[in-house]
Amino acid sequence: MIQTMKDTEAELIPVYVMGKRYLVPAALTIMKAIEYAGHQFIRGCGCRGGVCGACSTVYRKKGDYKIRSGLACQTVVEPDMHLAQIPFYPALRTPYDYAATEPTGSAIAQLYPELFRCVACNACTKICPMDVQVMDYIAFLKRGDLRAATAASFDCIQCGLCASRCLAEIPQYHIAQAARRLYGGKLAPPAAHLATMVSHVAAGRFGATLGELGGMTADQLRELYVARQMEPAMSDETWVPDAKVGLA
Amino acid sequence: MKICYYPGCTLKATAQNLEDAGLAALAVLGIAVEELPRWNCCGAVFSLATDDVLHQIAPTRILIRAQEAGAGQLVTLCAQCYNTLARANLLARTDAEKRETLNRFMTEEPDYRGEVEVVHYLQLLRDQLGWNGLAARVRRPLAGLKVAPYYGCTLLRPAEVNIDAGRAGGPPAILRDFLAALGATPVDFPLATECCSAYQVIGSPAASLARAQTVVAAAVAAGADALVLSCPLCDHNLGRQQLSFPATNGGPPRLPVLYFSQLLALALGIDAAGCGLDRNVPGTRALLAERNLVPVAV
Repeated sequence: MIQTMKDTEAELIPVYVMGKRYLVPAALTIMKAIEYAGHQFIRGCGCRGGVCGACSTVYRKKGDYKIRSGLACQTVVEPDMHLAQIPFYPALRTPYDYAATEPTGSAIAQLYPELFRCVACNACTKICPMDVQVMDYIAFLKRGDLRAATAASFDCIQCGLCASRCLAEIPQYHIAQAARRLYGGKLAPPAAHLATMVSHVAAGRFGATLGELGGMTADQLRELYVARQMEPAMSDETWVPDAKVGLA
Repeated sequence: MKICYYPGCTLKATAQNLEDAGLAALAVLGIAVEELPRWNCCGAVFSLATDDVLHQIAPTRILIRAQEAGAGQLVTLCAQCYNTLARANLLARTDAEKRETLNRFMTEEPDYRGEVEVVHYLQLLRDQLGWNGLAARVRRPLAGLKVAPYYGCTLLRPAEVNIDAGRAGGPPAILRDFLAALGATPVDFPLATECCSAYQVIGSPAASLARAQTVVAAAVAAGADALVLSCPLCDHNLGRQQLSFPATNGGPPRLPVLYFSQLLALALGIDAAGCGLDRNVPGTRALLAERNLVPVAV
């Protein structure tokens, strides 16, 4: 544990947290290094597993004007890094009536008229820790192409760094989410296998299994969970579990 | 030489008839263009503030995309996009200080120094085919159709990006020559190079409506059956705004408004659907049907 690690046991490197110099073990992630320096994360640390996007962070390296970005829980510190954690950056999501909203560029433009303030400076794309082509999906939305915007924004983790950098004050990730929802629900061809499975669910195929689980004690559930068959790491797409309850 | 095509946002949204007809016509004419694989909004209007370098980033980035795609020329159908891109290109060629500022800002892109040439579609026709060459390709001459060319501002001003610069000093004639090549009768009228009211339609809608009535009335008075233009904003102001003209008896006259690419497609024998006529102001298709210029009357 970090708290018990003796400084002599690990190679220490200097980093700057909010401008103040600290010596931290070289193997730490940015998040652990900031905690090692004495800060405590209550919000803005998320899953700590590289998935959720809550800990997106910005940093600079010595002698380099570039602002860099990454997930604080995944990025390993380097000597003389300048760090600070930005827990959240204000960005407004416009509420809308999904059923009544047309999946068109003009509907998006009405929800987010600031879309048209983009001057293509590309700061959003440059900061994105997921390498999403943010400026490009904004360009797609300006011309009303929800399909292309959906594809281009698919890897977005909603961290909001794009909105923090936008000089046009656009909440890009909220706009892309609205576009994906409208495209996914109203324009994308429906998946036939999904409809089949939904009909199976509706017909009660899983009712007995769910009832069985519902009748178990917490201990029984825990036992079942621990004993479950896991998909082996790095298995390919042909892998199937031994038990195929309800899938046949 | 490879020619890339820059559509602009409006041609993918409300001005699809400008694009559909224009691209169908190029296919018939055998002029190969390739839509830029990546592009953003042109910026819509060239910034008039001399210290506003930021607004040159969008058009400059498009020019860089064209250069990356190996294009010698970048062609546009939209007059507004043409103007914005051509002026940004002029800036890249002539203003070393701003050029370096732009290049330094866009460190993620290769440097750009104005290598690509920006042309409007009408210039492409004139320079690749020539008007006689175009006339030879016409399959359905627009005989008897009296058309007023409307240039507006962005094809002509400032002089450095005038698409008809060869005629500097005299009135522009590129649209007149184009219409004559299609077999139509060009009708010059005094307001052909005046402003349509542009974005005043948002801030001063009454003034914009009055301007539309004045321009349309002048074209009608000159004997035109239709007005032809190349800008979606002009089309909105002079075309769509006709729907808001007072309907009182003896009210301001109305006039079919078409994109030049639609008349081109029509003259090349492309069907009415390919010409996108369903998107024009009411009466356009009826007029063309009356002159036997569309295969199916409505």
